[in-house]
Amino acid sequence: MNQAAPVPKENQGEPVVRIDGRLKVTGQASYPADIATANVAYGVLATSSIARGKVSKVHTEEARAVPGVLDIVTYGDMDETDTPKFGNTGASSIGPLHDKTIFHEGQIIALVVAETFEAAEEASMLIRADYEDEPPSASFDSKGVKVEPAAGKSPMLQEDVKAGDFDAAYASAAVKIDQKYSTPTQHHNPIELFSTTAMWQGHQLTIHEPSQNVTGWKIELARQLKIDPANVRIVSPYVGGAFGSKGPMTARTAIVAVAARRVGRPVRCVVSRMQAFNTQTYRAETRHRIRIGAGKDGRITAFGHEGWEVTSRPDPYVVGGTSATGRMYNYGSVLTHVSIVHADRNTPGYMRSPPETPYVYALENAMDEMAVALGMDPVEFRRINEPEKEPIGGKPFSSRSLVKCYDQAAEAFGWSKRDAAVGSMRDGDWLVGMGCATAIYPTASAPCAARVRLTSDGQVRVQCGSHEIGTGVRTVAGQMAAERLGIGMDKVSVEMGDSALPPAPVSGGSISTASVCSAVLKACDAVRAKLFAAAVARDGPLAGSGNAKLDMEQEKIVASGGKSAKLSDVFKVMQVGAIEEYAEFAPKGSTPEALKKLYAGQAEFHGGDQDKDSVKYAFGAEFVEVRINSYTREIRVPRIVGAFAAGRIMNTRTARSQLMGGMIWGIGQALHEATEIDRRNARYVNRDLQDYLVPVNADIKQVDVILVPEVDLDVNPAGVKGLGELGNVGTAAAVASAVYHATGKRIRDLPIRIDNLIS
Amino acid sequence: MRPFLYERPTSVSAAIAMASRLDARNVAPTQAKTQFIAGGTNLADYMKLGVAQPERLLDLNELTEPALRQIKTDDDTIRFGALVRMGEAADNNDVRRRCPLLADSLKFAASGQLRNMASLAGNVLQRTRCEYFRETSWPCNKREPGSGCAAMQGVNRQHAVLGTSDACIATYHGDFAQALIALDAVVEVEGQRGPRKIPFASLHRLPGDTPNIETDLAADEVIVAIEVPLDPWSRRSRYLKIRDRESYAFALASAAVALEMDGNTVRQARIALGGVATVPWRARAAEDALRGNVLDDKIAAAAAEAAFADARPREHNAFKIPLGKRTLVRALLETRDMKV
Ligand SMILES: Cc1cc2nc3c(=O)[nH]c(=O)nc-3n(C[C@H](O)[C@H](O)[C@H](O)COP(=O)(O)OP(=O)(O)OC[C@H]3O[C@@H](n4cnc5c(N)ncnc54)[C@H](O)[C@@H]3O)c2cc1C
Ligand code: SF4
Repeated sequence: MNQAAPVPKENQGEPVVRIDGRLKVTGQASYPADIATANVAYGVLATSSIARGKVSKVHTEEARAVPGVLDIVTYGDMDETDTPKFGNTGASSIGPLHDKTIFHEGQIIALVVAETFEAAEEASMLIRADYEDEPPSASFDSKGVKVEPAAGKSPMLQEDVKAGDFDAAYASAAVKIDQKYSTPTQHHNPIELFSTTAMWQGHQLTIHEPSQNVTGWKIELARQLKIDPANVRIVSPYVGGAFGSKGPMTARTAIVAVAARRVGRPVRCVVSRMQAFNTQTYRAETRHRIRIGAGKDGRITAFGHEGWEVTSRPDPYVVGGTSATGRMYNYGSVLTHVSIVHADRNTPGYMRSPPETPYVYALENAMDEMAVALGMDPVEFRRINEPEKEPIGGKPFSSRSLVKCYDQAAEAFGWSKRDAAVGSMRDGDWLVGMGCATAIYPTASAPCAARVRLTSDGQVRVQCGSHEIGTGVRTVAGQMAAERLGIGMDKVSVEMGDSALPPAPVSGGSISTASVCSAVLKACDAVRAKLFAAAVARDGPLAGSGNAKLDMEQEKIVASGGKSAKLSDVFKVMQVGAIEEYAEFAPKGSTPEALKKLYAGQAEFHGGDQDKDSVKYAFGAEFVEVRINSYTREIRVPRIVGAFAAGRIMNTRTARSQLMGGMIWGIGQALHEATEIDRRNARYVNRDLQDYLVPVNADIKQVDVILVPEVDLDVNPAGVKGLGELGNVGTAAAVASAVYHATGKRIRDLPIRIDNLIS
Repeated sequence: MRPFLYERPTSVSAAIAMASRLDARNVAPTQAKTQFIAGGTNLADYMKLGVAQPERLLDLNELTEPALRQIKTDDDTIRFGALVRMGEAADNNDVRRRCPLLADSLKFAASGQLRNMASLAGNVLQRTRCEYFRETSWPCNKREPGSGCAAMQGVNRQHAVLGTSDACIATYHGDFAQALIALDAVVEVEGQRGPRKIPFASLHRLPGDTPNIETDLAADEVIVAIEVPLDPWSRRSRYLKIRDRESYAFALASAAVALEMDGNTVRQARIALGGVATVPWRARAAEDALRGNVLDDKIAAAAAEAAFADARPREHNAFKIPLGKRTLVRALLETRDMKV
């Protein structure tokens, strides 16, 4: 697979190459654990092998005897600090070294610090603990789990959405289904491992750690360590994959900071792949019951979605995707309910499209079943149920191009050549199946600050405490400035990933491009205003053009009459070498506290289903072809086509790359990914990339991304809808639909493996 | 990882002498204080995990005997030196032409990077990937005799259905070994008690009550070569590997098949099964079912039934029985249809 970046269409920006692409592919980008540090000591975690109980004693004698061991941080050593908080910035309320209670397998029981990584690792393996263990509850259906309604437990789900009289409508529907679906436990497994490097200089603490939320972490870490946030700096210039896993700070960060203070030198702790499964967040398993009722004409009259999600004992982590599924189609009536199931597991967390991936999977698999029950083409079924307004609050969509996406993707895919009869398409020994599904993701943005400096020689520097987690936001922020200030990209530099920069919200929820670009836009406009004023002033080079429309291109200020002035000449008049502007952007409808909260690391999100005037979503349609061997039933995906509309596309290259990556991940979710749990002891058994399967190159053949033009100025000043999390929503349902088409087997529990298809 | 001594003998005899120094004669190589390392792709991994705990490593990569790195073919054998890398053997034109099964079993294994590192001797001696074996906090009879078997009632989707015992159900995951056992290869070994030749089928031991003893080798014995006879069925041979993804994964089920045909009738068949058994698995009952018969879907299915007659599933791996049968059927028919 090798494709050029898509040619920009209406309202789509140039496929500018990534500012940091060369650095990354040549290994010159320094990730947080690569930062050269003098006199560094190494930390390795020791973790619990039981999932529930109490630690009665930790034996550290043997470990301390290993040559090179400097210190062991364990129970009692964190008492001077506050326990972590569960929420936007904190992964869990479990303070592993504050309390000897074990809440999950792999909970931190000590951090060994040594002169070398090898010594620390050897010593960590020699740490033994005595436990008073209790039988743990692993997951759904395990004895001892606590089930409770989710609504109101977390900001992710305020209430169970509903509309109309579901019971009556469902009871009287001519055609209906009532089915259960499930998604497995999944771990993000970014290739860059999790790490913390802590350094103290007097009272100043610098943390190098891959992060999606440097401002939030600064505040939260200062709170835990009981120090002034002004003395904490979080640095994370490059992140080697995050997908939500580097959004909330975990307990490790404070432990490493304390260790560094104790040994009086920098400490670096890189967490092993295995330990990351338990000390970081993950996507917990979900279950769904979907009921859909429709008339014989295919119009849906009733939609019911019940969800169950696993979380830890102490923390009510909820994803609650019913807000999106309940607004997807023109249902008539809607009934939803989400429950959380507390088990002896580590606290789950955001994972690329947290609510939509599991919930839309269930909805879209059910939609396909319903189309079959109705004897209707699945694309047609969705078209018939396209809403004018969203069914819950009756609000309009700020824009909705789903039908266009279906049309363009179906055309490119060749959907019309599909023979609808199950098992009817074959290529030699291979059964061929084709399926489709809808992708949806809420469009949100959050307050964000940025600083832009333009110098008289036309150099632009953009600074913003957002995070380049691989999405290309550094590039598009630079593009925004280049475009607005009429400067070539080669003269633009962008600094991100440092809490010393102007604050930005967490890089999650696909808000970064919209929020960052809106702030950069505002700062650029302030720079422009200053330049324009000077240019048209009495002694300025464009004196007399005061009423003309001014713009900036090619290092010039251009007036609508045709006159122009060189940037350097305007600077001469102004008698300055640089103009620097700091701007704060707050989305429409922000509360008066919105900016204050930004600085406090708690940026509020706006958009999605939260706004009064409209609901804001990006949409897409995905089509998949599968081939299944008629003897051995292995499943292959020769091609996948997705068409997506997401407002202004800043850069068709990075946009395509995000969507393509999302669809590939979706294939993995459909066919490969699952963390296996030993239910007897609530332990994960496949904690490495050998057994936790993700697609490899050979699994991915043709992936086509179509960027459907869309203009939506309602969403934010930049007109941008997030698309980082759109691509992998719906993919697994499209695969399930294709597998059904090929074999007649409806697989409702992910992943779909040979086991399900062979008998 | 624990500290260990690392030494690089330069001749096979020196390696044997060094290996004999620390250990009692009857200790299994995987539990010996001194262990050999070749590509290290299996052993180093397990040392990092604390599963293997040698005190001393003898690196075989400095051995100077040229034959250790050579592939030699004559009219009726292919002889692989023990240190030949998987990638080199997979790409060898002579091997590919004269016995596609050998080349494919290597080509479909691991990844390009691993195949460049891993040696053929190390490959046949690779230890199981049982998840519970890999992590020292679980009970495991293979790693810690007598501690129990966590997989028996645990997550055992990838475990074996053939050759299991009440002590261990771990799969032997290697691919090359299936080709070798099917083709009646012979392993050449040198050790303190002198050189010997072991039929490949006798190299690995069924788990029985002692799953910790995996092979017939003594701790001081070095594999120097693997010799594969070339027979009338070598050219019409094939390796079919079914896995969860298209590359870089172990077999859920695989079949190594070599056929000598007389028109549509099977004169000779050689069959081995991977991904489903505790050791490299020769399916003699299936061979017997085919011999002298016209190879069609029906007889292929009968052979597959015979191959899995004694299969014993556990909670999560029952699918391997139908999958294993279908893999064999498909492999037989595809091998029959090969143009040679
Ligand atoms: C991620 C991954 C995927 C893999 N996938 C596959 C796959 O799909 N199919 C497959 O078949 N394999 C697969 N492998 C296994 C791989 O092929 C083996 O790790 C490799 O072949 C071992 O060879 P080595 O030379 O590195 O052995 P080493 O790790 O060096 O040694 C392995 C064992 O052999 C012993 N040994 C080595 N040489 C000799 C000798 N000459 N005499 C006596 N004892 C010796 C060592 O003491 C050790 O016990 C995979 C491995 C990994 C890590
Ligand atoms: S199957 Fe064998 S290797 Fe796996 S846990 Fe049981 S005894 Fe150990």
